[in-house]
Amino acid sequence: MEKALRKWFPVFVLPTLAAFIVGFIWPFLQALYLSFCKFTTVDNASWAGFGNYIKALTDDTFSYSFLFTVAFVIVATVLINGIAFMLALVLTRSIRGTNIFRTVFFLPNLIGGIVLGYIWNILINALLSKFALPLIALNTTAGFWGLVVMLCWQQIGYMMIIYIAGLQNVPPELLEASQIDGANRLQTLLRVKLPMVMPSITICLFLTITNCFKLFDQNLSLTGGAPGHDTEMLALNIYNTFYARSGPQWKGIGQAKAVIFSILVVGIALFQLRATRSKEVQQ
Amino acid sequence: MKKVFALALAMLMVLSLAVGCGGTGTTGTGTGDSAGEEATGSVYYLNFKPEQDGAWQKLAADYTAKTGVPVTVVTAASGTYETTLGAEIAKDEPPTLFQVNGPNGLKNWVDYCYDLSGSPVAGELTSDSFALKSADGALCGIGYVIESYGIIANKTLLAQAGYAVEDIASFADLKKVAEDITARKDELGFAAFSSTGMDSSSDWRFKTHLANLPIYFEYQADGINSTETIKGDFLDNYRQIFDLYINNSTCAPAELSAKTVDDSRNEFLAGEAVFFQNGSWEYGALTAEGAYTDDDLAMIPIYVGAGDEAKQGLCTGTENYWCVNKNASEADIKATLDFMYWCVTSDEGTAALANEMGFVIPFKGAAESPNLFVKQDAAMTAEGKVPVSWNFTTMPSEEWKNMLGTALTAYAADQSDANWDAVVKAFVDNWAAEYALLNG
Repeated sequence: MEKALRKWFPVFVLPTLAAFIVGFIWPFLQALYLSFCKFTTVDNASWAGFGNYIKALTDDTFSYSFLFTVAFVIVATVLINGIAFMLALVLTRSIRGTNIFRTVFFLPNLIGGIVLGYIWNILINALLSKFALPLIALNTTAGFWGLVVMLCWQQIGYMMIIYIAGLQNVPPELLEASQIDGANRLQTLLRVKLPMVMPSITICLFLTITNCFKLFDQNLSLTGGAPGHDTEMLALNIYNTFYARSGPQWKGIGQAKAVIFSILVVGIALFQLRATRSKEVQQ
Repeated sequence: MKKVFALALAMLMVLSLAVGCGGTGTTGTGTGDSAGEEATGSVYYLNFKPEQDGAWQKLAADYTAKTGVPVTVVTAASGTYETTLGAEIAKDEPPTLFQVNGPNGLKNWVDYCYDLSGSPVAGELTSDSFALKSADGALCGIGYVIESYGIIANKTLLAQAGYAVEDIASFADLKKVAEDITARKDELGFAAFSSTGMDSSSDWRFKTHLANLPIYFEYQADGINSTETIKGDFLDNYRQIFDLYINNSTCAPAELSAKTVDDSRNEFLAGEAVFFQNGSWEYGALTAEGAYTDDDLAMIPIYVGAGDEAKQGLCTGTENYWCVNKNASEADIKATLDFMYWCVTSDEGTAALANEMGFVIPFKGAAESPNLFVKQDAAMTAEGKVPVSWNFTTMPSEEWKNMLGTALTAYAADQSDANWDAVVKAFVDNWAAEYALLNG
């Protein structure tokens, strides 16, 4: 078996590798090159050097959107994972109708981001106008919490399913042993279940952190960055740099921002993976 | 056996990958028939105006049937023209005919523009003012449609309120009529203005089109066509008209930030408002399915209380310039120029542009358009009124418009002087700042 695998692995790896190169490595290298250029489209680029990076990093809207995004990532990650884990705990108990609840909580994940943004825009505006508060286009606080609530609503179900799978894989003999040793519910949760679902936590944190950082379509349709740039997250800021200004120099600056952005997201995701991996236990 | 199976499976994976990529590569480009392309060339038009897509498709098919030259028309979804053009033009079969929206839009695409000087289609232009030239004098774009905007009035409702369009010949008249209608709103059952929606689908009517008026009057006063530093001398007039719009409307000013252009149009169609600021391109939507006839509608100039109001006409101009892709093959460029020439000179072409698309085209062979608002513009010009030119093409960037829109929205919700100062700042200071970035 081992030998056959060694002999045949290129055949199995090749399609994925080819897709990865065509779909990721090559565009990334091209993007890296373009971030040093002044260009209108990918094939008329002219070299511009490091100026793009300097302009990107000194752009106030970019640093603001970075801080806004970080705040959003922290709040949304904690809320999504906290609530998803609690739901998973509840729905792995033997109560009636767990499957219906699981389905219901998972459903929002099936709606596309743009549609979701427009729907929530109407819902939030209706609520705000009922309390005679400024509508979402003029209300940074409502924009921020609107984004958080919407993303929670969308993502909790998905993360819940992963946590449920993790909780169901906790070996019953461990739970039984802890019971015999006299552990109470909280102790079982913290000392037995939590360490055993660490792999699920790793994957859920990875997904939520990267999803929150990369959030674009919901941001575009819910707030559009309004008022001004006040609710603009990094991806939308890059998009606006590209398209809201005229002149080829802005494409290069947008590209430089995009490279900084991807390095940032990859860096944070790798750090998070390493940090949570080290807490995983071998079964 | 196992090996064969594994190999077959892997092959299938590679194959599906290849098919997947191939599929995405061709969708959207809709390239013409490649047979015989070398000989005759082909045309690929990336159209800006979604409302005219059907008419363009038909015209393209007619042209192909007549000459055998394949013409592909692809229309970018509303609001995505720049992104679509950026993606399409980098492809192997790029658009041969595309459009830019004026001098500042041209800055992005000037490297792609074929110099149209001396081309037959350029010779058909009625006025040099529709030629868009680059900094070094090349003829990069040709304005192909003239449009007008103003305040569209429902004459029937206006009569119910006891007025006629002729009664409105200045800002003071407009203010009097609008405020009188507002005072009797409950009795009449309609408001003066349809909602001044500040949603992104609608705010261009105010951050771009209405903002043209203070820019126009400043340019007139200073005798210039463009500036890198605007003074904002006529912003008080801008405030007057904006106040009038938002305080005599179908809804409370605080709700405007969420109102869309569809909301506004529907209010007008439902007879909930007498006035609706928009342009000649709305004619089709307003007369469709017998909603209104020409007898119900009229367009009046946007009076702001500046300049010689007795002589003020509609805001008339273009932000639609045709450009030919100079990177296309020579045969394709020739085919494209021939197609453009045919569109603006032949009977079929001019008829389609006038009747089906409702365009007035600035070419010698133009057919008369049935569009009421366009006819009104011509009538006003004939009476000696001076059309207000479109100067919003000199606005420094989308970013400038967006910031102005945000400030206006905030002002609409809370009409304090501090909020108006923010509008002035977005208008004046940001203009200079954005121009610096544009040229920097």
